[in-house]
Amino acid sequence: MAIIEVRDVWKSFRGSPVLKGVSLSIEAGEAVVIIGRSGGGKSVLLKHLVALLQPDRGEVRIQGTDLCRLDERALLAVRRNFGMLFQGAALFDSLNVFENVGFVLLREKRHTLGEVRRLVAEALDRVELPGIEDQKPSELSGGMRKRVGLARAIVYKPSILLYDEPTTGLDPIAGARIDGVIRRIWQQLGVTSVAVTHDMASARRISNRMLMLHNGVIHADGSTRDILGSDDPLIHEFVNGIAPDLPATSVPTP
Amino acid sequence: MRRVPGYWHADPTRSSVWAVVSALGIPQRLDSALETLGSIAQLLGEVIRSFRYQRPSWAEFVRQLYFVGVKSQSVVITTGAATGMVLCAQTYFQFHKVRLDTATGAVVSVGMASELGPVLAGLMLTARVGASMAAELGTMRVTEQIDALRTLATHPVDHLVVPRLLALTVAAPLLTGEAVLTGIIASYLVGVKLLGIEGAYYLAYVDRYTSFGDISIGLVKAVLFGATIALICCYKGLTCPDGAEGVGRATTEAVVAASITVLVSNFFLTLLLTRLMGWN
Repeated sequence: MAIIEVRDVWKSFRGSPVLKGVSLSIEAGEAVVIIGRSGGGKSVLLKHLVALLQPDRGEVRIQGTDLCRLDERALLAVRRNFGMLFQGAALFDSLNVFENVGFVLLREKRHTLGEVRRLVAEALDRVELPGIEDQKPSELSGGMRKRVGLARAIVYKPSILLYDEPTTGLDPIAGARIDGVIRRIWQQLGVTSVAVTHDMASARRISNRMLMLHNGVIHADGSTRDILGSDDPLIHEFVNGIAPDLPATSVPTP
Repeated sequence: MRRVPGYWHADPTRSSVWAVVSALGIPQRLDSALETLGSIAQLLGEVIRSFRYQRPSWAEFVRQLYFVGVKSQSVVITTGAATGMVLCAQTYFQFHKVRLDTATGAVVSVGMASELGPVLAGLMLTARVGASMAAELGTMRVTEQIDALRTLATHPVDHLVVPRLLALTVAAPLLTGEAVLTGIIASYLVGVKLLGIEGAYYLAYVDRYTSFGDISIGLVKAVLFGATIALICCYKGLTCPDGAEGVGRATTEAVVAASITVLVSNFFLTLLLTRLMGWN
């Protein structure tokens, strides 16, 4: 059975349709990337998977449970299976790195403080940021914030990890570092990984399957290799960054 | 038989009065106001449900209580003292004309205990604490921190609203008591040391005319104001529109709505508590 199943999901904002009947299915252990133009509804689709948004029509099933039938309190138990990295990391400003990463563990009170410290240190090691527990989010760079956000998402060992534009706003080296961490976490923890991005270099590195969202529907679905080598004009232009109405020339040297 | 409609039978949406009302946007505003009231009632319902599902975070409650209670003292004490002094001076100037100087203390203490103390403390808490709550929660919403809370299996009402509401509900009557006491002491100093009222008479009148009912009314109002300010400001923060402009607008709306609610509800609470509960 698919771990994530989306059936005919429609979503509009102020009368403007963003998703127009999206259907997809993701098996446990897959590393899926959803690509598509900016403003095309990728993040909206991702937020439907964790019920941060509810569809106008259609259903989203996680391990067979229809999220649309649950109220906010019942959803909390389902969300315990998810870890999510937000576009801007969404770290809690008022808490330090330890309190951010250990947030769920400290709230659940199932572990002693010593155990929480050990688990947080392990999670920070995985994202290559050891020993920064006492720092505040405001003291971290953009790439470090994202990695702390990732540590917060994996520390309680969820079965599904969602990434919203994991490399947006980072320089290529910081982006590659994040991609490496995401790939390693997927391989080592055996989680299901779903990312949305329009950064094709990142998409290549962190996926074994790609979906392309275009005009509110899934335009293409296949292995990363198949999508990257596709001769479909729309996919080809997107993957290679070709704007058909613009000449493919560089700025002339003065 | 053809029925001739009276004006009350006519379609109201076709009258000229309706056209004016409609042009002023009154139906939309009324609709929006009712929707907001309904949403705040839902938020209160969710707060009550929260106690069933989750024990409040006492660490967060203490942190909020420190911010709301301890950090607001200078503002509330200054306001209470300034109001007590000016109320004493004005009352003395009028009462002196009819040789009722010694009754000044009674007017000040009753006024401060049942009306001015809770209202001024409420307004100061709205400005200092309510604005901060709306801005903080609004910023958390636009930076996706509230969505992050939800994905971390935490209900935003449990983690954000309940500790703030409890802290404000506990701190408001304490701060009101402080404002009232400071106001009465300041009025005593102005009345006795500056304006020459006999000290013993001043205190005797304060004691004679300030009843347990007056103090109780003030404290009950303060509890209700504290809870109302927290609910309105948290609601405005949680439903803040996107962007820096949205946070600014939510903060302004929170302060205006909470201040008006304190002022208007004060009148009805005075009637309710004094007449229906028979404390006076």
